[in-house]
Amino acid sequence: MNELLTYWRKFKREPYAIWLGFALIGAALVLLPFVTDAALGRSWVRILDHTLLYIMLALGLNIVVGFAGLLDLGYVAFFAVGAYLYALLASPHFGLHLPFWTLLPLGALVACMFGVLLGAPTLRLRGDYLAIVTLGFGEIIRIFLNNLNAPVNITNGPQGVNMIDPIMLGEFSLSRTHQFLGITFSSVHNYYYLFLALALLIIFISIRLENSRIGRAWVAVREDEVAAQAMGINTRNVKLLAFAMGASFGGVSGGLFAGFQGFVSPESFHLTESIMILCMVVLGGMGHIPGVILGAVLLSILPEALRYIGPLEEALFGRVIVDPSDLRLLLLGLAMVLIMLLRPAGLWPSPVRRREFASHD
Amino acid sequence: MDIFLQQIINGLVLGSIYALVALGYTMVYGILGLINFAHGEVVMIGAMVALAAIHALTGTALPGPVIVLMGLLIAIPACMLLGYGIERVAYRPLRHAPRLAPLITAIGVSIVLQNLAMIVWGRQYIAFPPLLPNDAYVIAGASITLLQIFIFLLATAIMVGLIFLVKRTRLGRAMRATAQNPEVAGLMGVNVNTVISATFIIGSALAAVAGLMVGAYYGLAHYYMGFLLGLKAFSAAVLGGIGNLGGAMLGGLLLGVIESLGAGYIGPLTGGVLGSHYQDVFAFFVLILVLVFRPSGLLGERTAERA
Repeated sequence: MNELLTYWRKFKREPYAIWLGFALIGAALVLLPFVTDAALGRSWVRILDHTLLYIMLALGLNIVVGFAGLLDLGYVAFFAVGAYLYALLASPHFGLHLPFWTLLPLGALVACMFGVLLGAPTLRLRGDYLAIVTLGFGEIIRIFLNNLNAPVNITNGPQGVNMIDPIMLGEFSLSRTHQFLGITFSSVHNYYYLFLALALLIIFISIRLENSRIGRAWVAVREDEVAAQAMGINTRNVKLLAFAMGASFGGVSGGLFAGFQGFVSPESFHLTESIMILCMVVLGGMGHIPGVILGAVLLSILPEALRYIGPLEEALFGRVIVDPSDLRLLLLGLAMVLIMLLRPAGLWPSPVRRREFASHD
Repeated sequence: MDIFLQQIINGLVLGSIYALVALGYTMVYGILGLINFAHGEVVMIGAMVALAAIHALTGTALPGPVIVLMGLLIAIPACMLLGYGIERVAYRPLRHAPRLAPLITAIGVSIVLQNLAMIVWGRQYIAFPPLLPNDAYVIAGASITLLQIFIFLLATAIMVGLIFLVKRTRLGRAMRATAQNPEVAGLMGVNVNTVISATFIIGSALAAVAGLMVGAYYGLAHYYMGFLLGLKAFSAAVLGGIGNLGGAMLGGLLLGVIESLGAGYIGPLTGGVLGSHYQDVFAFFVLILVLVFRPSGLLGERTAERA
C-alpha cells in the first residue's frame, strides 16, 4: 500500500501525468451529459446546465467576496441586469433581435456599469455598509422590474418577458436538435457545451486574475486595507475593479440564463438566489477557485435530492409534515452558520486563506 | 394641506416603530462594531409569537387590550431569549475572527429564522384580530387613531427609558465603557460578555415591542416582514449616525416621515408616472445619499471608516 502511494506521488508530478489528467477530465466533461441523459434522464442534463451557470455566478461572486473580501448580498441583481438586457434586446417585446455575440459583451458591460454605480459611493466605507447596500440594491432592482410596466411598459412587470430568442451561434440555433456524426444533440446538450466552454473561460480568467498584480492587490486589501494602502495600492479603485468585474461575470451569466430559459420574470431574481450563490462561495472555500466550483456543484445538485424527502416523510410519519422545498433555504442557512463556526475557511480552502483564518484564533 | 399633515402624522407613527428597531441595530453596532443582520428577523419573530399568543387567547372573555398586552408579555421574553441565543451562536464564537465571518453567520441565522417561521406559521399573511379600540380623532383636517397615538407614546416612553438606562445606570455605564474599548473596560472590572449579552437582549426586547406594533398597525404579520423592516431600520440608524442612540431615534422618525411624504406625493409630483408602490425604495435612496454625503450620519461624530 505504501509503495503504491509513493509511486502515485511520483507519478502525479510527471508532466505527461498532468496532461493525462487534463485529458481524462476533459473527456469526462464532454461525455457527462450523455451519460447523465442515459442514466438519470433529460431533466438531469438541465440540472447540469444550471450547475454550470451557477459555477459562473459563484466564480464571479468569488472575485468580490473571496479575493477582495467585500460582502455582496445582492449579487443576483447583476444577474438580473444581464438577463433582462438579453430579454429586452432579443425578444418580440420591443421587436429587437440583436445577435448573441453583441449581447454577451453588452451584458457584461451594462452589469459592470451598474456595479460601478453602486460600488462608487459605498466602497469608500466599511464592509458592513456594502453588505447592507447591496442587500437593498438586490431588492430594489426586483421592485423596479416588477413595477416598470407602467406608464411605459419596459419590463412587462410581474409577468416577465417571454419568447426570448434562443442563443444562435451564427446559423446554429442552440434550442434545436441537431444530428452530428450520427449522434443526436438536443437543446440541453447544445447549451451544456456552450456553458461548459464559457465556464472554462471564466475559470481560466479567474485563475489568471488570482495570480496577477490585480489579484495580489485584492488579497492585500482583503488581508489589511491600511497596510495595502501603505504599499501604494489605490484601495478604492482596486475594490471597485473587483466589484465591477464580479458584476460583469454576473451579467454574462444572466444573458446566458435568459437565452437558455426563453423566459425571465422578477421572481427568478429573488434574494434567496443571492444567498444561494454566496453560500456556494462560503461553503466551498472563499477565494479558492476549486473550492468555489465544488461549492457550486454541491449546492446545485444537493437540493435536487431534497425531492426524495417528501416520500420519505410519508413513509415515516404517514404524511408530509414539512414541504421539502421549504427545507432548502433552512438547510442553506444552517450550513452557512455551521461552516463559519466549524470550518471557517470552507470545505476546500486555499492554503493562504486557511492560514489567515487560523492565525486570528 | 391636510394631506400633508396626515402624511406627517402617519410618518411619525411609522417612524417611531422604525426608531425602536433602529435602536437595536445601533446598540449592537456601538458595542461590537458589527451589524446584527438577524435583527429584522427578531422583530418578525416578536410579531409572530405575539400574534400566536393573541390568537390563542382571543376566545377567552378577557378584554381586547389585555389580550394584546399578554401577547406582548409573551413575545418580549421570547425575543430576549432569541437575541441572547443569536449572540451566543453567531457572534461570540467569532469575536476575533475576520470581519466577514460574523456577518455570514448572522445572515445564516436570519435565513434559518425566516424559514423556521415559514414552516411554523405558513406562507400566508396572518391577520391581527381587531382587539384594540380604533377611534379616530380629527385634528386640523387630519385624522389620527387611538392606536397611532398609543404607538407613538409607547415608543417615545421606551426610548426615554432606554436613554435613562444608558446614561444613568451601572449597566449603562458598563455599556458605554465597552463601546469605547472592550479590553480596557474588562480591566476595569466590567464583565464584557455580560454587557454584550445585555445589549443584544435589550435590543431584542425593543424589537419584540416593535414587531407587535407593526402587526397591530398594518393588521398583518408575515414571515418575510423582518427583511424590509430591518433594511429600513438600518437605513434609519445610518441616517441618524450609527452607534448613536439619539441618532437612531431621530433617523427613525425622519425616515418614517420621508417615506410617508414620498409615498403620498410621488404620484402627483411625477404626474402619475411613479406610484406609491415605490414606497419601499425611499429608505434605500436615503441610505445611499447619506453614505455619499455624510457617512457619519446626522448626529454621528465618529468617522465611518475604522479599519
